[in-house]
Amino acid sequence: MTVLVIADVNRSSLATDSLAKTITAVKGLGEVHILIAGDDCEAAAAEASGLTGVANVLIAANPAYAHGMAEATAALVVSLSSGYSHICGASTAFCKSVLPRVAALLDVMVISDVISVIDGSTFERPIYAGNAIQTVVAAGNAPKVFTVRTAGFAPVQAGGAASLQAVSGATGDALSVWVEDKVATSDRPELTSANIVVSGGRGLGSEANFALVEGLADKMGAAVGASRAAVDSGFAPNDLQVGQTGKIVAPQLYIAVGISGAIQHLAGMRDSKVIVAINSDPDAPIFQVADYGLVANLFEAIPELESKL
Amino acid sequence: MKILVPVKRVADFNVKVRVKQDGSGVDLANVKMSMNPFDEIAVEEAVRLKESGWATEIVVVSIGVKKAQDTLRTALAMGADRAILIEAASDVHTDIEPLAVAKLLACVVREEQPGLVLTGKQAIDNDMNATGQMLAALLGWAQATFASRISIEGTNAKVTREVDGGLQIVNVNLPAIITADLRLNEPRYASLSNVMKAKSKELAIRTPADYGVDVTPRLAVVRTAEPQGRKPGLKVASVDELIMKLKSEGVL
Repeated sequence: MTVLVIADVNRSSLATDSLAKTITAVKGLGEVHILIAGDDCEAAAAEASGLTGVANVLIAANPAYAHGMAEATAALVVSLSSGYSHICGASTAFCKSVLPRVAALLDVMVISDVISVIDGSTFERPIYAGNAIQTVVAAGNAPKVFTVRTAGFAPVQAGGAASLQAVSGATGDALSVWVEDKVATSDRPELTSANIVVSGGRGLGSEANFALVEGLADKMGAAVGASRAAVDSGFAPNDLQVGQTGKIVAPQLYIAVGISGAIQHLAGMRDSKVIVAINSDPDAPIFQVADYGLVANLFEAIPELESKL
Repeated sequence: MKILVPVKRVADFNVKVRVKQDGSGVDLANVKMSMNPFDEIAVEEAVRLKESGWATEIVVVSIGVKKAQDTLRTALAMGADRAILIEAASDVHTDIEPLAVAKLLACVVREEQPGLVLTGKQAIDNDMNATGQMLAALLGWAQATFASRISIEGTNAKVTREVDGGLQIVNVNLPAIITADLRLNEPRYASLSNVMKAKSKELAIRTPADYGVDVTPRLAVVRTAEPQGRKPGLKVASVDELIMKLKSEGVL
């Protein structure tokens, strides 16, 4: 069996962490090939070829594939699909757009957000915001198309030496045009790959108070997250949202500050190794999943914690 | 311009569903059902596009059990003009897969010839996040997923998408499929008079056989289980105790 993993390439740089975790999830299935598609993607391909567990890196360099446009990328993947038993990628916005389109073109179901690969045709995935785990079997010889929720997998390390192979394939009809990326730049670690995440919720009360969370995060070298309630209240931008409708994270340490712990938030962080909840409400549901809970006034406890670290 | 809005009837987002003891699925008997929240956002956006004068007719379609009529009536009360129910299941526990749904919707699109299909980015029951992309594939149309802003510009739609790390703006040729993300809008509540008016709006009932589509699932769900629980935690009394505990865990 041979697995084709679609890599997420943003503005010529490889989303290495999610790719390395996806490889861990699927390497037991067979030989792993990586597809790098984009405009200027030699550096990304070179980086992918250095990941352990990769046999071959396919490079499809064509402006049609730049910016991860789903229509052209899906056409490419379908044109390269023959010979692959599995076609997959991390559950990023890019793969979630492309792979269902690929699956429909191949007349197979997509299996979204796989958290465990049991065997070549059996997969586990969460439903109902993670309140239930479903085991599904895709029988038959058709390729299995799926996305991998990477939070629970460790990344493979660098140190490999995969072969590089230029490929060309279909680009499909020109149906959409990229206009602009508005990317938040930050010196903090990326939310989904950070070792420590400090998240703030509605308990902080205002956008100005959200700076408390940012200050603590910077002291700890952590990424900043937010609950949906905090995002909806305008305290933090949406790309920081942790939860079922936002990012799924599983850091070594997750600190929830002023977050009540709605089901949809828990779905995004329940796989963290150690969860700390700091909240003034002793009955907040977040304490039911927290390893360590501190009932305290946030505006005293957070500065104290920051100063003592 | 006509807009087609596929909507799904799902367990209400406030309900914490329970897994059946025998592992055969989640228990939906006597559970409050509502329109999938992301589909509600799609309906709202369609209604706004009609209010702006761009859209002339909104057709909502649902695929599922007979009771999905309630969901369609909700959409009609929000401002959709007519509805189509494709009755594809008799048991609420039967979930029609996105691929089959997309095939049925492709048939509806060929009949109705909408200029735009607007739907939710994912259903909050199976969390597949696939129907819009699959429909776009089957029709050979452009797609814009995770939309947080839509503006129609001539024969294109300029769509702001919520992607990892920020926003991406794309221009898609119409007709296209756009899937709604959370921040696209805040759906309205239907007024009582609109709820009453919705009762007399047209609601056609069809079956998958009418379209010649086989809805047999491709994936076999062999088991549904509760997620692994976390072991009970510990309340600490002070910041100092918290720091000590985290140091002993090796995470600081």
